[in-house]
Amino acid sequence: MSSLLPQFIVDLWDSLPPLVQYLTVVTWKILFVTIAVILVVAFSTYFERKVIGSMQSRVGPNRVGPLGLGQPFADVIKLLIKEIVVPAQSNKFLFVIAPLLSLIPALATWAVVPLHPGFTISNINAGLLYVLALTSLGVYGVILAGWASNSKYALLGAMRSAAQIVAYEIAMGFALVGVLMAAGSLNLGAIVEGQAGGFSNWFLLPLFPLFIVYWVSGVAETNRAPFDVAEGESEIVAGFHVEYAGVAFALFFLAEYANMVLISALASVFFLGGWASPLAGWTFLDGSLLAFIAAPSFFWLFAKISFFMYSFFWFRATFPRYRYDQIMRLGWKVFIPITIFWIAVEAVMAWQRVGPWANLG
Amino acid sequence: MFYSILFYLFATVLVGAALGVIFARNPVHAIMFLVLTFFQSAMLWLMVEAEFLAIVLVLVYVGAVMVLFLFVIMMLDVEIESVKRGLTHYAPFAIVISLIMAVELVQLIWVRGSADAMDNAFTPNPADYDNTKALGAVLYTEHAYAFEIAAVILLLAIVAAITLTMRKRPGLKVQDISAQVSVRAKDRIRLVKMKSESES
Repeated sequence: MSSLLPQFIVDLWDSLPPLVQYLTVVTWKILFVTIAVILVVAFSTYFERKVIGSMQSRVGPNRVGPLGLGQPFADVIKLLIKEIVVPAQSNKFLFVIAPLLSLIPALATWAVVPLHPGFTISNINAGLLYVLALTSLGVYGVILAGWASNSKYALLGAMRSAAQIVAYEIAMGFALVGVLMAAGSLNLGAIVEGQAGGFSNWFLLPLFPLFIVYWVSGVAETNRAPFDVAEGESEIVAGFHVEYAGVAFALFFLAEYANMVLISALASVFFLGGWASPLAGWTFLDGSLLAFIAAPSFFWLFAKISFFMYSFFWFRATFPRYRYDQIMRLGWKVFIPITIFWIAVEAVMAWQRVGPWANLG
Repeated sequence: MFYSILFYLFATVLVGAALGVIFARNPVHAIMFLVLTFFQSAMLWLMVEAEFLAIVLVLVYVGAVMVLFLFVIMMLDVEIESVKRGLTHYAPFAIVISLIMAVELVQLIWVRGSADAMDNAFTPNPADYDNTKALGAVLYTEHAYAFEIAAVILLLAIVAAITLTMRKRPGLKVQDISAQVSVRAKDRIRLVKMKSESES
């Protein structure tokens, strides 16, 4: 790398104090990941409309640019130039910072997600705890938006969302206890490395019920269909963001999709081996054009994220909305017992070295 | 130098936010100040390399406890006047508690500030030191008994809270979801074949 640059740039870089060097590198990494996530979010709105369009025998967006690919940018520009209306009776300060509070945790969690072998913004030991802590903060944006709007519908939406997120967080946390037992580490990089070496080493098989619980809780946690009662447009108009317009609304939208991408990435990291390739043993591909599919790389993480994003849209086009009491029942009375039971099963099986559990821990 | 600047920054915001909790008129604002206070103390813990405690503080208090607080307080219609009247009523009690806390704090600072304690300045841990692992190793060996007791007390609290709030009203109509799901068309409708009655 350094041989590619002219000598004076290398010398200039070396003459900087280590703190400045470190800050520069980290800032560039953060910028790179954030912009990439925002672009993925922009195009996943397009992806969603195309997928649901095709499932409902429509074409989806096809006017702006080739194949309608300019649609996300057209939407963004439309929202940017709209007026932000702040309700007169609202709590102005909280009303304005609420969208930020829901977006920031969604982006900050990416700091510990391993994207490529050796590439993580911050490789911390307690990575899994950090993920849990930050995903539990997103609910503040929703609650404060509902309260600060001083509107009945918004408050009802916020209440529903808060109860739902708190309920499903517990099931999610328990599912992750199973993952950390299997990997023997809280470090996300170590969790991915523990699953390297082909499909059979993924935690998907030994932790299958936990995977289902985590994934469904993830859908519930992001307030997506079929758990989108927080928006519930047939009952409470648009839920917590009913009073928001323009950029403030766009931020909520961005936060929701950023959370979806994040949950997809985390589900792939925890259960599908993150950047690890399922075809790790395929040495006959070496030297051919397809060699990259056998190697662990960002390509595989991206493929897994895309699969989960597709399932998000698939659910939305397929399932009718859950009734609220049934959402609560599913979270508290079904998922939490399943996770606790499966953690016990996993512990016994790994201890006795049985079947697919033999290599865990 | 950098370290001290960060410490004083976090500590100032921490004290400011703690004052905000007391002086904020709006209970929702007070809760948000409390959230900020927790965050700043988590930052201070991070600075002494207690990353497990710092993250768990954010996870448990900010992520769960404060959300439930907010949940309840948002539903209340708090009248400032009645709160003010309550102040004089609870004042003696509050003064006693704050005096005890102040004495404890002063004692702690006095002990820590004595000459031999001052020598034990904070020394950074080696790079491969894992706070979480170290804590777990102590918690599940030396303090396993106390840990179990704490767990049982928490379980007891959960069971007690659920028992207290569980009310069975007579005549309440409840849906049995498994019965709803397993219902078949023939349970609800009977198709009968019969001859047409009119002769045409």
